[in-house]
Amino acid sequence: MFRSHILVCGGTGCTSGNSMKIYDALVERIRKEGLENEVHVTKTGCFGLCAYGPIMIVYPEGAFYSQVKVEDVDEIINEHIIKGRIVTRLLYQETVGEDGSIKALNDTNFYKKQHRVALRNCGVINPEKIEEYIAYDGYEALGKVLTEMTPQDVIDVIMQSGLRGRGGAGFPTGRKWQFAKNSVGDKKYVCCNADEGDPGAFMDRSILEGDPHAVIEAMAIAAYAIGSDQGYIYVRAEYPIAVQRLTIAINQAREYGLLGKNIFGTNFNFDLDIRLGAGAFVCGEETALMTSIEGHRGEPRPRPPFPAVKGLFGKPTILNNVETYANVPQIILKGADWFASMGTEKSRGTKVFALGGKIHNTGLVEIPMGTTMREIIYDIGGGCPNGKKFKAAQTGGPSGGCIPAHLIDTPIDYDNLIAIGSMMGSGGLIVMDEDNCMVDIAKFFLEFTVDESCGKCTACRIGTKRLYEMLCKVTDGTATMEDLDKMEELCYYIKENSLCGLGQTAPNPVLSTLHYFRDEYEAHVKEKRCPAGVCKKLLRYQIVADKCKGCTLCARNCPVGAISGTVKEPHVIDPNKCIKCGVCMEKCRFGAIIKA
Amino acid sequence: MAKKIDVPFNGTKEQEEKLREELAQLKKRGDNGLMIAALQKAQDIYGYLPEAVQQIIADELGVSLAEVYGVATFYAQFSLYPKGQYKIGVCLGTACYVKGSGDVYKKICDTLKIEGGQCTDDLKFSLDATRCIGCCGLAPVMTINDDVYGKVSVEEVEGILAKYN
Repeated sequence: MFRSHILVCGGTGCTSGNSMKIYDALVERIRKEGLENEVHVTKTGCFGLCAYGPIMIVYPEGAFYSQVKVEDVDEIINEHIIKGRIVTRLLYQETVGEDGSIKALNDTNFYKKQHRVALRNCGVINPEKIEEYIAYDGYEALGKVLTEMTPQDVIDVIMQSGLRGRGGAGFPTGRKWQFAKNSVGDKKYVCCNADEGDPGAFMDRSILEGDPHAVIEAMAIAAYAIGSDQGYIYVRAEYPIAVQRLTIAINQAREYGLLGKNIFGTNFNFDLDIRLGAGAFVCGEETALMTSIEGHRGEPRPRPPFPAVKGLFGKPTILNNVETYANVPQIILKGADWFASMGTEKSRGTKVFALGGKIHNTGLVEIPMGTTMREIIYDIGGGCPNGKKFKAAQTGGPSGGCIPAHLIDTPIDYDNLIAIGSMMGSGGLIVMDEDNCMVDIAKFFLEFTVDESCGKCTACRIGTKRLYEMLCKVTDGTATMEDLDKMEELCYYIKENSLCGLGQTAPNPVLSTLHYFRDEYEAHVKEKRCPAGVCKKLLRYQIVADKCKGCTLCARNCPVGAISGTVKEPHVIDPNKCIKCGVCMEKCRFGAIIKA
Repeated sequence: MAKKIDVPFNGTKEQEEKLREELAQLKKRGDNGLMIAALQKAQDIYGYLPEAVQQIIADELGVSLAEVYGVATFYAQFSLYPKGQYKIGVCLGTACYVKGSGDVYKKICDTLKIEGGQCTDDLKFSLDATRCIGCCGLAPVMTINDDVYGKVSVEEVEGILAKYN
């Protein structure tokens, strides 16, 4: 028995902030003090509150230390561990009550409205120890399935639970499994899509880093249901920690006989392999992903035949996303009704979102479907920093759209998001404030799709490129109103004529911003003005005469000699010479230079 | 596209032996679809994938050089040209972008006088725009080899680069 447990976040966010050095320092100090048998230090998966990383939590007190530095380790050991006095200055402010008492983490705004199903073990167990997963009911669902249920029972439970694919399109998981079960084949495959390509989404990575066994267990359950004995996890090579923990987890599961031959003493065999993606967004599309596992250029192919009939290596295959799998063991254990009791009528359960961009509490949140955008952004996320005004939230990544402020009370589920021109996607939720230009954001996503289009079909390869060029004309101030109409027409053309999901959804960021923020597009076109002050070609730097002290610093730093004036007199910028590099504004000590 | 620097291929015998050994290991798995794993191993050994290396892989796996080249040029992870001693990555994922990583990226281009995907003439620095590296709480983020710099501002760029000079 240990009298104290110290949990240090070992997710990518906190690791990037040096949490592993903190871990090492803690272990070292505890060894020096001879407390190895009293105090236990563990690395866990992501706690979710990445904005305040590196994070650690000390039990039994439940002290939640945020933004810890290596230098703080001595104080934590000396004060908290040795003397039993909590280091108040390092506590996450939200956990400190007005009277100085510590609140439970689940009572803080960030965690209060969350409901953790897929993330339940993240930040709780050590992902590198299978014993800890087992202690939290791990592999019990697999045991139940193999010994008490028929494959059809399993599919029925998943079907009744209403679980839909968490990777973006929201296809009912149970139906997918049923198709694959019904397909006849000497060999079938179970695949996991962990090629999280949506820029700004990191929920799959956090699950793999924080609870890899949940995914392995679910894949084994799926394999039993459809009659497969081999699985593949396709994971991004850019996620080294996830790959490493997954490898450890697979090896441990094999040692425990939870993967391999005759699992749980039954005649069910299943094994898993990891395949590393090599950086191609299109490989998130199911047929492209399978082509890539086969070792080829990851190009999609037309459907039908659907993978459930003819997938990997030409055999019946199911492919589900990491988060979808993470829900499965608990649905088996707690029942379809339990899962279906959460969420909305057509979207059951919870969804993990990666909150990012202009928001206080950047991080990972899991909420019941049907929670409104307002609750996520203000109650959980803490709103936009620096008192800026919320402008839009982007969901669905390069396939999604921007949700404007007036729709902030929309309950989030698959169908509502599509109705307002966006989509669930994998769950990236990027908040934008008044300083973000919506045309620029649309251009950013198009640049991404142009780059990532695999080139197989013309509508996507050339269409997105032309669309990108039109957006450049808008941000350069050379577009006409006619161009806006042409753009819209091209968007629909690309959507209707592309082969796979990448092309079919690529115009969404443009369509949704054109729809909700047309005034911004028009300002660029008609007035040659960027309301948010982002588009460089439309910027004009000006010197506010009242604030200018005539120090000449700007004139001396201007690379093109566009600033003139006499010493101690207000200076002026010649707009014809100015190249809008912004050096003057950076250098000015009096805040006298503004973007107009 | 990376700047084509005419570095003659100077792979050592040890590197070649290691590659052939790795390929033999892979083939032993007797599995289909080894190409991407083979290229990943090769890039680990050589740092990039020059034609001579692609040829070894083609011979060992019994496929054409064109097929190897096709796969190598499809995926962003593979480079046909050498990278710098210090590989700089700037995250241009959405979360970083809305917080200004585009400006950081441009500042690095201007400072080093290279474009993304290129390498400085002295082979010291190379620059790539990366997709989300997953620590959005630190946005905007840049990496130099294994070092991660979070909440980077344009003003800090020169100082960070100077550490590696």
